[in-house]
Amino acid sequence: MIKKKLHLSTLQLFLASLFLVFSMMGAQAQEDATTSDAESATPVEATPSESDTSGGNATQGEALFKANCASCHKLYKKAVGPALFEVTKRHDREWLYEWIKNSAALIATGDAEALAIYNEYNQSNMNAFPGLSNQDIDNILAYTDTPKPVATTAAPVDGEAAAGGGGTSSMTNNIVLGALALVLIVLIVVLFAVNTTLKRFATANGIQTEFEEEDRTERTPIWKAFVQNQFLVLVTAIFLLLASAYFVYGALMSVGVDQGYAPVQPIHYSHRIHAGVSQIDCKYCHSSARESKHSGIPSLNVCMNCHKSIAEVADGTYQEGIEEYGIDYNKEIQKLYSATGWSEDEQAFVGEEQPVRWVRIHNLPDLAYFNHAQHVTAGNIACQTCHGPVEEMEVMYQYSPLTMGWCINCHRETNVDLAGNGYYEEIHKELSEKRGGRQLTVADLGGIECGKCHY
Amino acid sequence: MATTKKYWKSTAQLDTSNEMIKSLEQNEFATPVPTEEFLGDDKAMESSSTTRRDFLKYVGFSTAAASLAACEGPVINSVPYVNQPERLIPGIANYYATTIANGYDFASVLVKTREGRPIKIEGNRDIAARGNASARVHASVLGLYDNNRLKTPLVKGKESTWSELDKEVRQQLNANAGKQIVFLTQTFASPSTAKLMEDFKAAYPNVRQVTYDTVGEDAALDAFEAKYFQRGLADYDFKDAECIVSIGADFVGDWQGGSFDTNYAQSRVPKNGKMSHHVQFESNMSLAGANADQRYPVTPTEQKQIIAALYSKVVGGSANSNLSDKVSKAVEQAAQKLRRAGSKGVVLCGLPDQGAQQLALEINEQLGSTIIDTANPILTRQGSRRAVNQLVKDMESGAVGAVFVAGVDPFYSYDDNEAFAKAWKNVPLKVSLASRLDATAEQSDYVATTPHYLESWGDVEMKKGTVSLMQPTINTLFDTRQLQDSLLVWSGSNETYKDYLKTSSTANGSSWNQSLQDGFYTATLSETSGTESEVPTINNAAALRDLGASKATGDYELVLYTKISMGDGTQANNPWLQELPDPITRTTWDNYITVSQKDADNLGIENFNVANGALDGSYAIVRMDGVERKIPAIIQPGQAVGTIGLALGYGQTSSIQEEMQTGVNAFPFFKNGRTVQSVSVEVAGGVHEFACTQLQNTMMGRDIIRETDMGTYLKGNRDEFNPMIEVSLNHIGTPVTSPDVDLWESFDRSVGHHFNMSIDLNACTGCGACVVACHAENNVPVVGKTEVRRSRDMHWLRIDRYYSSTDSFEDDESKKDGFSGLFGDNGSLGGFGELEIPADEPQVAFMPIMCQHCNHAPCETVCPVAASSHSRQGQNHMIYNRCVGTRYCANNCPYKVRRFNWFLYNGNDEFDYHMNNDLGRMVINPDVTVRSRGVMEKCSMCIQMTQMTILEAKKDGRMIEDGEFATACSNACYNGAITFGDINDKESEIFEVKQQDRMYHLLEEVGTEPNVMYQVKVRNV
Repeated sequence: MIKKKLHLSTLQLFLASLFLVFSMMGAQAQEDATTSDAESATPVEATPSESDTSGGNATQGEALFKANCASCHKLYKKAVGPALFEVTKRHDREWLYEWIKNSAALIATGDAEALAIYNEYNQSNMNAFPGLSNQDIDNILAYTDTPKPVATTAAPVDGEAAAGGGGTSSMTNNIVLGALALVLIVLIVVLFAVNTTLKRFATANGIQTEFEEEDRTERTPIWKAFVQNQFLVLVTAIFLLLASAYFVYGALMSVGVDQGYAPVQPIHYSHRIHAGVSQIDCKYCHSSARESKHSGIPSLNVCMNCHKSIAEVADGTYQEGIEEYGIDYNKEIQKLYSATGWSEDEQAFVGEEQPVRWVRIHNLPDLAYFNHAQHVTAGNIACQTCHGPVEEMEVMYQYSPLTMGWCINCHRETNVDLAGNGYYEEIHKELSEKRGGRQLTVADLGGIECGKCHY
Repeated sequence: MATTKKYWKSTAQLDTSNEMIKSLEQNEFATPVPTEEFLGDDKAMESSSTTRRDFLKYVGFSTAAASLAACEGPVINSVPYVNQPERLIPGIANYYATTIANGYDFASVLVKTREGRPIKIEGNRDIAARGNASARVHASVLGLYDNNRLKTPLVKGKESTWSELDKEVRQQLNANAGKQIVFLTQTFASPSTAKLMEDFKAAYPNVRQVTYDTVGEDAALDAFEAKYFQRGLADYDFKDAECIVSIGADFVGDWQGGSFDTNYAQSRVPKNGKMSHHVQFESNMSLAGANADQRYPVTPTEQKQIIAALYSKVVGGSANSNLSDKVSKAVEQAAQKLRRAGSKGVVLCGLPDQGAQQLALEINEQLGSTIIDTANPILTRQGSRRAVNQLVKDMESGAVGAVFVAGVDPFYSYDDNEAFAKAWKNVPLKVSLASRLDATAEQSDYVATTPHYLESWGDVEMKKGTVSLMQPTINTLFDTRQLQDSLLVWSGSNETYKDYLKTSSTANGSSWNQSLQDGFYTATLSETSGTESEVPTINNAAALRDLGASKATGDYELVLYTKISMGDGTQANNPWLQELPDPITRTTWDNYITVSQKDADNLGIENFNVANGALDGSYAIVRMDGVERKIPAIIQPGQAVGTIGLALGYGQTSSIQEEMQTGVNAFPFFKNGRTVQSVSVEVAGGVHEFACTQLQNTMMGRDIIRETDMGTYLKGNRDEFNPMIEVSLNHIGTPVTSPDVDLWESFDRSVGHHFNMSIDLNACTGCGACVVACHAENNVPVVGKTEVRRSRDMHWLRIDRYYSSTDSFEDDESKKDGFSGLFGDNGSLGGFGELEIPADEPQVAFMPIMCQHCNHAPCETVCPVAASSHSRQGQNHMIYNRCVGTRYCANNCPYKVRRFNWFLYNGNDEFDYHMNNDLGRMVINPDVTVRSRGVMEKCSMCIQMTQMTILEAKKDGRMIEDGEFATACSNACYNGAITFGDINDKESEIFEVKQQDRMYHLLEEVGTEPNVMYQVKVRNV
């Protein structure tokens, strides 16, 4: 009884000290986090100044800019059209009203300024915006005059700084872990000391703590008893054999199954940002999945449809990339540019094309025939059914085992979506009559015949 | 007692005088195994630092290392386009219309490309004239990926650049402009090239073009030109023909460029109680002869007399001929049939004799034949031997300053190539426009390397009035430039040939894009053909007199022919064609002389089968004024006595891979471009090993190919010509198809698709296009001569050829049925032996056999690993990755259509054919697995194609229409012999065909319920 109590108290003590230590640690970690936040959080975005010389409202202007202008213009960088920062200093405001409302008309008048810009940008016409009032334009211009937030430059932009950023976060982690280890060692020492002290108290108080002489001589050690009990040995042996067989089987079965395979790609492409945050449809890029057996790794010209005008990610996204994934997204976009030969300054493909050697993630063996169109177009299966939550994957990985058992299982269980497909109408009518009117699975249609996938 | 019994392993062992057998009895191995040499060499053994223990260690380590290395999967890269071409979706095939025109084969074709690689050729069915793709045309895609092609232009035999070559050629052209500049070319039949040549003449007035057909049709061209004032060949449309009399013309094969078989086959299928009647007089057993209703083996001399006799009977005039009674009677009957057929009758002549050709044209004119078309002639042969012979003289005399050789190889194919070589030396500038370093290119100063036709632009007027267009289906693989572009550069023009072609085609009033998509346009501008004819004219009466009085000179008449596989030898480096069995002899990788049994007996020529069944034969020496060649001989049933046949196109060595250097060059015998020559023959020593794919030549009266005559068929009593086989159930005859006598329970195949294939034995001419198409579609490997000899050929589809052992197959059957007892005249013991020997004048029948996709498949029940299984759609599946190679299935297959991969045929240096190099592997169809060693394979009924058709319908959400389902062979069969479709579609053609009274299943009595059916062959006798 006493002994038990003693045990309890030790446990309590242990728990208490553990709690103490952890709360200490937590506080420390929090402190770390806040300091690191404080370092980087400040320069998130420069708020557009409310008032301006011409009386435009920059906040409203920002909205208008994003709606009408952003597809071709950037503030601080040349895109399809010129960079608009401080455009009011370069051109007369009245001229700007005319130009924005109908640039073509202005060019037609032979205005020298207009013609110069027209020719500079390969004689491509800017859309006319007759719907914008002078006040709207003022607002937009107010926004364009917003100076580039200086603090952004303080945040690491080039590689070294990014690496440094990654380094600090891992450093804090190391410190935390080191402290934790130290605390644990202290704890063990403390516990040992407490134990000896308690024992000393016990002996001092005359409580028996050691049970040695009389019992131990008679009893056989437990392992000897175990060895002598043949039945137990047999049962354990069988159990162990079965258990090991189970694990060996599992291990063998997983040979060649690369579930979770997430190789490092030559360009860090985030499905999370594209499919998740930006909500781009899978089949926008993997368009051949609708038509062909291959889903098709998108050719780089598909990337450039958008990335011609997206040379940098938003600052928030940028910080997220640096902190959570240690990736400089802007650098990755630059890799895309060098692969396609895109020049940001000239806004044209000038360099040499260098095809990207992506690492293939889903490697179905050649002996199995798989057709994406069959599943995506004919079967109306969502991509996520096999590929998992791609929209959450920062790094793409193989979600499904891609084993034959996995295929067959799905073919057995999945009801065929027959509605509205003229091909299935008749076959469905006849077959479901035979099957007593129940829904048809892929297997009912011959989807588990060997030769359908192996030829 | 048992110990004294002597077992013998082969009949050869019974021959006690056989030295080989004696030595083999003493020794286990024919050649001693050199163990002593190796182990007895103490020095070598001691100097080796590897002890036995070390060796074992190495083995252990390497095994461990290999297994460790295998634990980690390889990293596979995917490299997408930087800029994906708009119309290209990875995984989806694109088709382009283009035209092959290599000087021998001309056809309008569709090219299937995958990810930009051409992988298969199909015929262009939209073009009415000459869109059939023969076996050679189907195989031509492999020529694109030929490793022996030249990769750069050559200057003096060294790899060079175009700028250097152009500079030097133009320099030398200008230096030699005073002399003749000659273009020795194949027949292009290209309007734009002809125009280009005229333009070139503007730059160099002394230019002239000499057209040279490797295997020409001079006699027919001369006769046609003399009569119709245009150098061309009459076209024939046999669709409505009622009587076809052919004298030495293999018009089902390569005669006058071929492509006549489609319409011919249509006339051969009995419709409304009618089919054409075909009489063939010929020397060699040809495809036409094999398909004929009546065939008479006669010598070429007799053929001349026959045409004279026929002329006198149909047109008039008297011809004195000394034909045998049998032949004169046949001629009389043929004349009668022709007169009766009137305008639906036609006479064809294959003799290399202008008079004979002229008389044939006259007969057709007299008949008012609508089968022959002389208004819009075929233009694919325009060569002139006279002009070539004249050129050799001019070159010899030094009158020629420059010669450009394009598309032909006179050093190989000109009969007197010594004279040619001698004359060649007197020409200052010799340029070859060739795609490989052929014999002529080897002797040229410059080689302006030309691309394959799949990389070229062009136009071809195969038949007057219709121009087919050639467009590139892939960028040039090597640094090549086509002839027309070279001409433009050398004449100082900056235009590309593509633009030139576009201008010239649109000038004809066609829309360029539409024509390119269709592959052809109808020419509105009439060709000017008013050139003055140099052809000598012959008086009909004189021709009649000469032909009637013709006499044979020499011992034997040699009849040269071309094989459907090799043609004129342009594609000699193509392993598919080398391994394509000759439809008649079923021999691969060889040419040989064909002799009749009677002549063989006289000469002492023997053919015999060796222990593993393969065929061996004697050599013969063939002599003709100074030319002497030792050629293997094959005994050919149906060969006219006194004649021998020999195929052209073999025996090339220049830039031909060693494996493909097969056969004997027969061109030295091709004097003056005439296919008939007088020769002497004698037997020579040595034994030649043939590689035949069929060893049993007769059906021995068995029920394999069902055949009947027109009379019986017209009576309409199915039991008489196509009886249902009955088996005994409780001593009552029950049809074998009845479920009562069936061991198996049948699948329910009433829902969905159920594929059936029908093969009409009347329409099958044995042309072999399906065999090559199957090769291309299904990645069937080439195994080489020695493996074929071991019966290890991999063809998924074979065309069996049977000879009758009596006068007809029906007689064979009645002879077999008449057997009583073992011995005596009607004894089966001797009788079956006799049935094994083909008759001297046999009937011939072809039967394409692929996997029959049995509903009750014997192969499926014996597979221990269920690698062979059945589908509800009627296809018998073969799952390669399950197969462990027991070969039980092949043993249990009654049709013998399963093929075993004895070796790894891809990426294996022992099988150095197209699948052993990266270039050749580009032809592989990505939708079909490339099989590995140790697995069984067979016809899948092109499941990748049927599945694709179904998927397309599903994607569009529609039902499948009849005619959408196809296989490689049914697509390739222009003759309409192969019908494929869904039997559950009651509106389909295949359903209709299955109800025909000619329908039967092969070996129905076995109860396999095949999904492939055959249509009884009807002979119009």
